[in-house]
Amino acid sequence: ELPAPLLDDTCGKELGDEAAAVKSGDFQDSMKIAWRYQNLPKMEASPTTYTKFGHYYDVSKKMSPELRQSVKWHSFYLHEELSFEPKMKAWNMNSGYARLLQSIQRIISQEGFDGSDPQKKQRNVLRIGIQSLGSVLWGDGVCCSDTPEDPHSLTKFLYVLRGLLRKSLSACIITVPAHLIQNKAIMERVTNLSDMVVGLESFIGSERETNPLYKDYHGLVHVHQIPRLNSLICDVSDTKDLAFRLKRKQFTIERLHLPPDLSDTVSRASKQDLAGSAKLLSSGCGAMAIGKKHLDF
Amino acid sequence: QGQFTLLRDTRTDGSFLVHHFLSFYLRAGCKVCFVALLQSFSHYSIVAQKLGVSLAAAKERGQLVFLEGLKSCLDLLFGEEEQPGQPSPLQFLSGSCRDLRALFDFVRVSLTPADGDSWKGPVLLVDDLSVLLSLGAAPVAVLDFIHYCRVSVCCQLKGNIVVLVHSNEDSEDEENELVVNSLCHHSDLILWAEGLATGFCKDVHGQMKIIKRLSLRQAGEQDVVQIYQYKIQDRNVTFFAPGLSAAVL
Repeated sequence: ELPAPLLDDTCGKELGDEAAAVKSGDFQDSMKIAWRYQNLPKMEASPTTYTKFGHYYDVSKKMSPELRQSVKWHSFYLHEELSFEPKMKAWNMNSGYARLLQSIQRIISQEGFDGSDPQKKQRNVLRIGIQSLGSVLWGDGVCCSDTPEDPHSLTKFLYVLRGLLRKSLSACIITVPAHLIQNKAIMERVTNLSDMVVGLESFIGSERETNPLYKDYHGLVHVHQIPRLNSLICDVSDTKDLAFRLKRKQFTIERLHLPPDLSDTVSRASKQDLAGSAKLLSSGCGAMAIGKKHLDF
Repeated sequence: QGQFTLLRDTRTDGSFLVHHFLSFYLRAGCKVCFVALLQSFSHYSIVAQKLGVSLAAAKERGQLVFLEGLKSCLDLLFGEEEQPGQPSPLQFLSGSCRDLRALFDFVRVSLTPADGDSWKGPVLLVDDLSVLLSLGAAPVAVLDFIHYCRVSVCCQLKGNIVVLVHSNEDSEDEENELVVNSLCHHSDLILWAEGLATGFCKDVHGQMKIIKRLSLRQAGEQDVVQIYQYKIQDRNVTFFAPGLSAAVL
């Protein structure tokens, strides 16, 4: 069910709704998940004309079996896993997460990503992708109520995962259905335990869908946190206002531009609406500062 | 000495203060016990080197006791059966006990002066306390741990404690707010790094409120509050009076 990689200039976003429902997690050595795509020019016959950033996929086609088989990858599907190994000590954590962590740790040490085997000159990085962490697919109740029975398994999982990632050559990207987690305290803790946090906010179903400010876009991209590792400073970009656009074969992230105010009723009321929306635009990157107050002149 | 300093950050990352205190106390010749819960040893080591201190050397000569929380957690969960005499400092993770006694014992043993030690005053540094709540420790357990550390390090050993916590305005994390507020009441000095209320700025990374809690020790005294703005650079942090950033002058 993986989308086919593309060698020309079109690109696509992995919509993967089926994938989310069926598989609980994938470990892919070769799956390079490119969440961000640069603005792409129109389709061209020659693929080398433009600089490419990341990798591009066509969601309407499947990845060929030969390509998939030629690469070493591991998957983890919770309901197919063997039951919890009895010799492991009590972990005091949701068993789904515990099994996932054991599986990751096993792959790291068996494949030599932790540098334990000097024979294996591991040049590659283990790329880990985990979908819908925190959802009921993992047996976690944090999405079900405001006061879940076990609010700590998710954050404990992230802490142990962080430990595994720090001591091995690996990187991990996780999706979390934040809109389902009602307990905001848990989301704050999840953010603090992550290196980089990016949020996608869709306009569908919200009042912003009809807001003239956002008519060209399908949603906003919020960069909540960027990593500040091995250094006092971090690499903050100047642009804080990002939006995304989802077309049939393209998912682009762009700087949000205010459209010109060309409406017939350029009245006080409409200006206030736009000002209200503009206030929400000035939320900055969490690692540096977030301003909620808008300076009125 | 016997000072309890609270490092607090809101809407920004206050970890630069932790790096500062770590290199400051090591350079001053103090024995430091660093409970580093959130980052790896190499992260602190690389930054400390930019600030002119070698953590590896400090560890080797016994001046620095470094508890790498992430590694300790992995050893506890994936490692062999632990010896009964040497419980893991993060033992509460396995659920066998609900308090942080093992962590306190670790701190106490690390900072109790051994024969032949010639270090100036012991220092306990914690980065960051809020993580303990995420790992399932109850707020009361965290506050008890800090209390025992104060008695042991500040009162008995006449040392200093520096602790970093995160807090957010409009935070819904009540447990965290409880811990932070309680610690504020008992701190001698609070360094509060905040993101600017007006939003992100390239030249001014945030504002630092320094609160000297004179009212804690001396009845009738007023707390002294000073406010500076700061900018973080690769090897140091510059402070200046509000509105007087170099970019503006």
